[in-house]
Amino acid sequence: MSCKHAINFLLCFFFSTTVLAVKEGQKLPVCSLNKLENGELIQLEKYKGNVIYLDFWASWCPPCAKSVPFLNELHANYSTKGLKIIGVNLDEDLDDAKGFLSRFPAKFDQLLDQTKQCAEEFNVAAMPSSYIIDHDGVVRYIHLGFRSSETDKILDNIQQALKLAGQQL
Amino acid sequence: MIKKILCHLLPILLAGILSSCANVAPWERGNLAKTHMSLNPLPMQANLRQHNYGSREASATAGAFGGGGGCGCF
Repeated sequence: MSCKHAINFLLCFFFSTTVLAVKEGQKLPVCSLNKLENGELIQLEKYKGNVIYLDFWASWCPPCAKSVPFLNELHANYSTKGLKIIGVNLDEDLDDAKGFLSRFPAKFDQLLDQTKQCAEEFNVAAMPSSYIIDHDGVVRYIHLGFRSSETDKILDNIQQALKLAGQQL
Repeated sequence: MIKKILCHLLPILLAGILSSCANVAPWERGNLAKTHMSLNPLPMQANLRQHNYGSREASATAGAFGGGGGCGCF
């Protein structure tokens, strides 16, 4: 193996996680999560058929707290139209997550990613990171962070995904 | 011969060096997000200090709030 090949091999190895990361237009990766209330194991694929808004969050992240009222509003307006909002907590300590949810009550489902396998599969690059997944299980939109000025863009993408699923808005 | 050895050693050396530059995943930044980990953990105290020292120097500095000359005026 020449030096050139050795270096190329190493570079590929170190950047392989980025190459394998989920991108818009790709299928939902296989990933297992636990229910926050009872630890029950859930496969994300179970939600296939719905438009999924997957939101990775942590208790120490101020924009995550800001996003909760917006997500509650989305849940109230679109859950009957086929939108499933799933919060995925990435805290190392479960008590931190529970404390956060008592201060900022979320009306949508909350799951735990204890092994961080899901976060790695999705290549979560910021906190919060949101993924809009269509009814076929294809990632349609990735949103990093949360700013109130960007909610229109998120809403647009949700409506598009719901229309694609044949929902009347 | 030396070149051949280097070629075999280089990947091992690189692997050793690069692996020490581990990225901190976004979900592992809970401790880094704490207030006392910021560059200026006590902004109010820092401003007060700057205010005190800035006004008592002989001349106005870049960080001074008011005029210099030790008059203590703002």
